[in-house]
Amino acid sequence: MGVKLKALLKSPWVFHMATGSCNNCDIEILDCLTPRFDVERLGILLAGSIKHADILLVTGSGNRQSMERVKRLYEQVPKPCLVVAIGECALSRGIFIDSYNCPLPIDKVIPVDVYIPGCPPRPEAIIAGIAKLIEKVKSKA
Amino acid sequence: MKTIVPIGPYHPLQEEPEFFTLTVEGEKIVSVDVQVGYNHRGIEKLSEMKTYDQSTFVVERICGICSTSHPFAFVQAVEDIAQIEVPERAKYIRTIIGEGERIHSHLLWLGLAGHFLGYNTVFMWAWKLREEILDVMEILSGNRNNYGMFKPGGVRRDIKAEDIPMVLKKIDSILPTLDMLKKAVLDDPVLQARTKGVGILTKEAAINYSALGPTARASGIKRDVRKDSPYAAYDRVQWDMIVTQNGDVFDKLVLRVLETFESVKIMKECLLTLPPGEIDANLKTIPPGEGIGQHEAPRGECFHYVKSDGTNRPVRHKIRAPTFMNLPTYKSTVINQTISDVTIILAAIDPCYCCTERISVLDTKGTKLYGGEDLVRLSQAKTERLRKEMGVK
Ligand code: SF4
Repeated sequence: MGVKLKALLKSPWVFHMATGSCNNCDIEILDCLTPRFDVERLGILLAGSIKHADILLVTGSGNRQSMERVKRLYEQVPKPCLVVAIGECALSRGIFIDSYNCPLPIDKVIPVDVYIPGCPPRPEAIIAGIAKLIEKVKSKA
Repeated sequence: MKTIVPIGPYHPLQEEPEFFTLTVEGEKIVSVDVQVGYNHRGIEKLSEMKTYDQSTFVVERICGICSTSHPFAFVQAVEDIAQIEVPERAKYIRTIIGEGERIHSHLLWLGLAGHFLGYNTVFMWAWKLREEILDVMEILSGNRNNYGMFKPGGVRRDIKAEDIPMVLKKIDSILPTLDMLKKAVLDDPVLQARTKGVGILTKEAAINYSALGPTARASGIKRDVRKDSPYAAYDRVQWDMIVTQNGDVFDKLVLRVLETFESVKIMKECLLTLPPGEIDANLKTIPPGEGIGQHEAPRGECFHYVKSDGTNRPVRHKIRAPTFMNLPTYKSTVINQTISDVTIILAAIDPCYCCTERISVLDTKGTKLYGGEDLVRLSQAKTERLRKEMGVK
């Protein structure tokens, strides 16, 4: 494993992006940071700027207006970076699949490394997903 | 000299994307503009494609925080068309779920407000407390959020008698911490210094902008659908409408904290006096007609209009979320404040963009709104273009 990737996995900073979600997935992500789940003890921190991010957490059904920005943000994030799609919406657009405003699922726009299903996924599931992502990257390297 | 400060659309301030343009002169804000649309999912159209039972789940996913408010208003609109009376027990259960949501939403906001002020202790405490309420909701509905409890004609799931003592115990257990939080908020000099006299929404401005919910009540306007036109079990239980007078951020803070106590009161009384009986009126067919439904969501009145032609799908479904009315009050609260206070003032109305973004296509001259067919046509053309651009079949 390259030194970059190793440093990245040690204490991954996450950046959260909502692309037309119902908010619930986003709230559950924030929930992971609060005392009951407290992912900070695992070194996971919410980054304020995309330039500081190691992992992108993407939620939402890929609304047209936000998709342009998601692409731009993905270009701005320092590589290597990992992308986690959280929630049914981010996986397949979920209940909004027939909507005129959600043309594509997120993984058609940016590459996604891990999918966490649920509507919304429980905080435990989100933490397990990120743990799996770290495992996956380690085992590949 | 004027400077423009863009914030967003992806910024750490709020969990939803939205784009603010602040024009500042030195430290002072001279104008503000909000651009939304990053959350628009075409829910009204989606809802018209689905049956009444399915639509309840779609409107639940308008917004995760008020995931009961929208179904609450929607089912009432459908019941208004069918002119049926919901069983008493279902009304109580609806009230319990509605108030549980208010508690969790107000706590969530309180935490975020602390976070915006740089006071992360409040954030952590409030959210820790919120977990207890989410546990209660999980016991009652099986879900932490998106409860799926509502259906036209009643509720989907009964509350078991054996669950009630445990739920009551859990609700009681949050009261000491809530009390502590209240004292901390009311007595803390730093919080007061940051919020008192900041972002004042005067009573006149609140009336002129037709502000709703806590935003209006903090400016001394007595307006609460639960009292004004009672529905569900709100007229069966004892509770007070909280109104504060100053309209600043501090008053909004206090109001929401006090309201949380009222919600606890309502929830407890409903659980203790839950009448026996059916939970579903077995609504089979919806006659042609129009109906409206209102619910006092945590952020204000949520309004649904449904038109039926006698089939199993709504032909028109119009939604107005409270933030839609509260957003323009920024024009009055933010101007002449310093940029360091802007975060908390913008957050003070507890904006929910997910709720608000029903439609965002507007001719710039402001004369013509696109109709449903135009939207579909435009959307199909754009999908094609996007697909080509992105190289997807
Ligand atoms: S997956 Fe469900 S909870 Fe998450 S954003 Fe979509 S609708 Fe909301």
